[in-house]
Amino acid sequence: MLKVNSINCGIVIDHITAGNGIKIFEKLKLSDVNFPVVLLINVPSNRLGKKDIIKIENKIDLDLTMLGLIDPSITVNIIENDIIVNKMNVNIPREVAGLFKCKNPRCVSNFDEYVTPKFTLQHANGKMHYSCNYCEELTTYSI
Amino acid sequence: MSLKGRHLIDPNDFTLEELSRIFDLADKMIDNREAYGSICKGKILGTLFYEPSTRTRLSFESAMLRMGGSVLGFSDASTSSVSKGESIADTIRVLCTYADVVVMRHPKEGAPKLASEYSAAPVINGGDGGHQHPTQTLTDLLTIRRYKGRIDQLTVAFCGDLKFGRTVHSLISALSRYQGCRFVLISPNELRLPETLKNYLIEKYNIDVVETESLEKVINEVDILYMTRIQKERFFNEADYMRLKDSYILNRSKLKHAKKDMLVMHPLPRVNEISYDVDDDPRGVYFKQAEYGIYVRMALMALLLGVDVNVEGK
Repeated sequence: MLKVNSINCGIVIDHITAGNGIKIFEKLKLSDVNFPVVLLINVPSNRLGKKDIIKIENKIDLDLTMLGLIDPSITVNIIENDIIVNKMNVNIPREVAGLFKCKNPRCVSNFDEYVTPKFTLQHANGKMHYSCNYCEELTTYSI
Repeated sequence: MSLKGRHLIDPNDFTLEELSRIFDLADKMIDNREAYGSICKGKILGTLFYEPSTRTRLSFESAMLRMGGSVLGFSDASTSSVSKGESIADTIRVLCTYADVVVMRHPKEGAPKLASEYSAAPVINGGDGGHQHPTQTLTDLLTIRRYKGRIDQLTVAFCGDLKFGRTVHSLISALSRYQGCRFVLISPNELRLPETLKNYLIEKYNIDVVETESLEKVINEVDILYMTRIQKERFFNEADYMRLKDSYILNRSKLKHAKKDMLVMHPLPRVNEISYDVDDDPRGVYFKQAEYGIYVRMALMALLLGVDVNVEGK
């Protein structure tokens, strides 16, 4: 099996649903950084069958809301001196501001530059959507 | 909870108890309008109409003038600073200092909600695109309450364009909160109530909904028939329009099959969806409905302003 060294100090984004790793890698613009980053895809997983993992040899600010939006199964481990000092589960955020646009072309948030698009999680028809706080249109986030 | 200083963006912003308070005051104003003729003396209504409106704007203006207040504002965005590209937030921050209560109509959905986030004065949504028209809904609810003596346990039919009609969306959402209301949705297939709204109301309020394309088949079972205008251009093809157009026109002969105490309502303006021969039928209450719109707006503004509405003995 492929062996990748553990990191001494940094962040491991684990339990990424297989296929989402590359999306998160691009969303975090990790190809532009000047420290080591490893993207592992299709890693065997007891919980998920297979998963993606991103190891970042540095501490960076992560937007957990955004990670939760992309993939709520993710766990984020903070590593210091070879040990996990903090383990965080991301959740599907109840409130989201400024991360995506309302899909309703008539919504004021698509016209007025002053507005930050805001959304509230809503369950409808057995699915989870985001309801625009301005026009109530249901939008499903995808990257 | 007091209504003083609150905004009205969505009819469901207020609890049923708060709505009752507005309707109770509106009832008193209908019975004795002169007594309320100066309760808003010194108060100013700001009318921010970013798109043309005749009856909503005049109804608000009439309501404020009848309470002794004053009115200022614009009725055409092209003559205001908006045409220079000013944001809604900037406009409302300034204009709310000129007025004590503001009514806004805007073509973009959610614009009054945005304004309310930056306004020191209460903002009333006077219609935002195809989204909401809450004071029309208050008008409709008051009309139902006055004629039926209640708002619950009613079978309410909506007929016509249920897809794009904001008055229908607002009213059906508001009525869903009252116990035991049942809905009959009459429209061509292309203009049915949006599935997301229908399913949301079923999930949240467990409402009972029947959908049909034929008014004749169901008119005998409804307590309230809410008619809306249906436009030819909404149909996808001429053949469907020709097949269905008469189905959505209410006339005296169709009314023969309706209950004796059914109400025919319409947000107005009508074009041909209610024949003129229905106007003389006591069940046609749409002009009275428009009149009640003034009183419900009077009551709403008085309560949002927090003026003294206790006029007994004065």
